[in-house]
Amino acid sequence: MSHHEMSAEEVKKHVRTYMMVFGALLILTGVTVGVFYLELSIAAAVVVALIVASIKGSLVACYFMHLISEKGVLYWILALCALFFIVLLLLPVLTERDSVGVM
Amino acid sequence: MSAAAIIPHDMEPHPVTGMYNGKFGIWLFLASEIMLFGALFSTYVLLRMGAEDGMWPKHGAEILNVPLATFNTVVLITSSVTMVLSWAALKMGDVAKGQRFLGITFLLAGTFLVVKYFEYKEKFHHFEVFLNEPMAVEGYQEPLKGIRGHFTADSPKLEADAKTGAYAIPEYVIIEPDAPHGTHEHPKPVRIESAQVKRISNFGPRHSNFLATYFTLTGLHGLHIVGGMVVILYFLLTGSTFAKKNHEKYVNRIECTGLYWHFVDLVWIFLFPVLYLL
Repeated sequence: MSHHEMSAEEVKKHVRTYMMVFGALLILTGVTVGVFYLELSIAAAVVVALIVASIKGSLVACYFMHLISEKGVLYWILALCALFFIVLLLLPVLTERDSVGVM
Repeated sequence: MSAAAIIPHDMEPHPVTGMYNGKFGIWLFLASEIMLFGALFSTYVLLRMGAEDGMWPKHGAEILNVPLATFNTVVLITSSVTMVLSWAALKMGDVAKGQRFLGITFLLAGTFLVVKYFEYKEKFHHFEVFLNEPMAVEGYQEPLKGIRGHFTADSPKLEADAKTGAYAIPEYVIIEPDAPHGTHEHPKPVRIESAQVKRISNFGPRHSNFLATYFTLTGLHGLHIVGGMVVILYFLLTGSTFAKKNHEKYVNRIECTGLYWHFVDLVWIFLFPVLYLL
């Protein structure tokens, strides 16, 4: 559904969602910091931190940025963007593999 | 017919994208922003994985202030909520309420920057003396390769090279070391002769790859906050008039501003754990 023809009643419903997302974001921020003080191993800490951050990021994108109610074309563009992003993040891993035994 | 009406899909959704063109433009811009920050996150991974033992902090909290950053995280999340509430109020036709929420968003953004300023300032007044040979310091279990702390008042003044920013090493320095991890007792000040000193640095970008990355990422993010504040301020000043002229269009402008603002919040959601907690 486009926001173009949204009624006041629907906007009010949205506002309730925003407040729930706000609550979830605050709780998840607490989780992020709480887990840090548990002093997990580095690998576990990285996994937990990135999962929690991804959930928070998705909440912001889906509800605050209304991504959940957008149309298909934007999803394809963002999927392409995500793919390139992952390639960017994998580049260091590839160089590291390449240099094992050389350094 | 007004001039605005002849621009296609200025207001009504484009059949292909399902949104008015301005909004689509912002989304494309944000996609490019993901690449910009992505490259820097990638740099972080590369530098961290390539760091030799002891050259990267166990986690950022060793150097950075977690409570301040947590506070700033909450501030930024709240500002995202007030931004979307501003849009919702405008969508329901309440311009005064929308502008009020926009004003709160602006103030929260300012709060974030003020906290960041104090965080940065603290780093520039905190020093590390890197040593040629590890030195035993009272309270620390192992000899230290670098002593972190603040110079005492009777320590000679440090002069930074105007071109490189590197500190010249004086004949000697007197530093009050930081309290060892988990304690609050500062060891007695230590006098270090120049022969023992490899280099002296504050906790600015020159200190280490970690801090260089920290300043680059948070600095770029901070610039985005400033940019957002400029746009928000513009709409705070002109919004009421704009909305009177074309309410629907103003709602769209605020939606686009919001998209950008939420993105800036989203980047911080990842920066916070990556830099401070891991």
